Amino acid sequence: MAAAASDMVDRLGRSANSLKRWVDARFPLSKLIREHATEYYASKNFNFWYGFGVLATVVQVLQIVTGIALTMNYKPSAAEAFASVEYIMRDVEWGWLIRYLHSTGASAFFIVVYLHIFRGLMYGSYKKPRELVWICGMFIYVCLMAEAFFGYLLPWGNMSYWGAQVIVSLFGAVPVVGEALAEWIRGDYYISDITLNRFFAFHVIAVPLMLVFLVVVHIMALHEVGSGNPDGIEIKDYRDDSGKPIDGVAFHPYHTSKDLVIITVFLIVFAFVVFFVPDMGGLFLEHANFEPANVLQTPEHIAPVWYFTPFYAILRAVPYKLLGVILMGLAVLLPFFLPWLDRSPVKSIRYRGWIFKLALAGFAVSFLVLGYLGLQPVSDTYTLLCRLFAIPYFGFFLLMPLYTSWEKPGPVPDRVR
Amino acid sequence: MTDKTDLSRRHFLVAATVTAGGAGMVAAAVPFVASFRPSARAQALGAPVEVDVGKMEPGALVKVEWRGRVIMIVRRTEFMLGKLAELEEQLADPASSASLQPGYAVNPHRSIRPEFLVVEGVCTHLGCAPMPRFDVAPADLGADWAGGFFCACHGSKFDLAGRVYRGVPAPTNLSVPPHRYVAENVLLIGSDMGAS
Repeated sequence: MAAAASDMVDRLGRSANSLKRWVDARFPLSKLIREHATEYYASKNFNFWYGFGVLATVVQVLQIVTGIALTMNYKPSAAEAFASVEYIMRDVEWGWLIRYLHSTGASAFFIVVYLHIFRGLMYGSYKKPRELVWICGMFIYVCLMAEAFFGYLLPWGNMSYWGAQVIVSLFGAVPVVGEALAEWIRGDYYISDITLNRFFAFHVIAVPLMLVFLVVVHIMALHEVGSGNPDGIEIKDYRDDSGKPIDGVAFHPYHTSKDLVIITVFLIVFAFVVFFVPDMGGLFLEHANFEPANVLQTPEHIAPVWYFTPFYAILRAVPYKLLGVILMGLAVLLPFFLPWLDRSPVKSIRYRGWIFKLALAGFAVSFLVLGYLGLQPVSDTYTLLCRLFAIPYFGFFLLMPLYTSWEKPGPVPDRVR
Repeated sequence: MTDKTDLSRRHFLVAATVTAGGAGMVAAAVPFVASFRPSARAQALGAPVEVDVGKMEPGALVKVEWRGRVIMIVRRTEFMLGKLAELEEQLADPASSASLQPGYAVNPHRSIRPEFLVVEGVCTHLGCAPMPRFDVAPADLGADWAGGFFCACHGSKFDLAGRVYRGVPAPTNLSVPPHRYVAENVLLIGSDMGAS
């Protein structure tokens, strides 16, 4: 009996092996697995900040899967959209769960991505030779903003409607062609059924396709130059006889098993939000959006969802429309140029001087404060605060060439600690 | 015939292929770009709207919808019209030179007949709907408030001719849509027979 079983296993193993050889002769399957997992070496001293890239991938998969499920019951028309979301919430089996996973997933995506970007700022992930990894990542972020904006109109609630109205009007600030451009985006003289229908097309097909493509490029570029680490040194400079970096460990199984723990912790927190506070007190799902869109009635107080509010605060703080739009655009664009704004020879915050630490702390605090201010109604005090906190935000980028060349960085070790 | 590559011939052919292919791609993009513009149906639904203003009380406001925009019609009282001249110093564009309106609305009262104001209820900042606030000197808007429109989104203020105050985010006065009187007290909004 035992002999027969082991013979079975043997034969199965042999046929699996020959199937693998058959595939490998036709498609580089084993090669891909080696290059990107079992023989991709990443530094052994990753801390938890290095888990957010993996988490972003997890959330992206979650958004795609829940998004597909929602599409099956959602109707992208002005007459039916709001009711179809209610139908998903009330009548579709488990529809409430799928929608809450998707809406919470949107906010989770931004939390994870903001922390991922902050990791990059702290440890100099944007610096040579990772400039393209960084720029590609910034394109992913901009696409993510577009994806979130288009998706936000779909429930056709009143905040969806007026939020879209405000953002599309931003294009109207462009000199000369602005109005025609806004009309071209809407496909109508106002945000209408036509606009909803095309935003649906962007949200479910155009932008997600672009996102998946960009994520593949992001990871390919990363795996070409190799992952950074909290010490900001290149592990590829010290290799053993077989050519593998001494301070690196294989992505699979070492980093993947550590990532499983990170994913588990993330999912625990995520599930808590989905089940107990899916609207996050109006932050993740705004209260004004529980009313259907009303062309004639603006909600009392329009604020975008929390992840856009730092930029919205900057827009509001400027008394001239075009300048406000330009500054807001600049706030999103400036990070693209970080690889060339930073003149320091040192990557990691661990070996940088106090000026960089102060600038980065100022940037992080101003981002959070602007985010808070963008959620509040307009008042003179808040406008003043917005202008005040915009200074460290822009200063972090615009003064970077100065303070990173002035400052004398500490010595960097050769090998990771 | 020689075995050497004729590079100038090759460069010419590459340039010609890229040019012809590029022109073809631009031409092929035209239908896609144009398909984003308002369709024939959307244009038809944007037809002019008729409003009878004869029954409006002095000081009253009527909202009608034209092209998805709120059009606000105010029958201004003598008191309201009197306030307009006093405000000019506080306004960003009192003469309506930088704002959008037909020629017949470029005057201090920004309308054809002083009594009736016709403006779009769309804030020129980012398209929110300004609220009619005709009360004078209310607690939240301050003692200086002479009545007008207030946009709660970003705090823009307009007077009773839709003229924007100085120091608020909205850059220009509320737009005046094309309109005309088709009878003594009947307004047609969305058409002025080309008078603008």
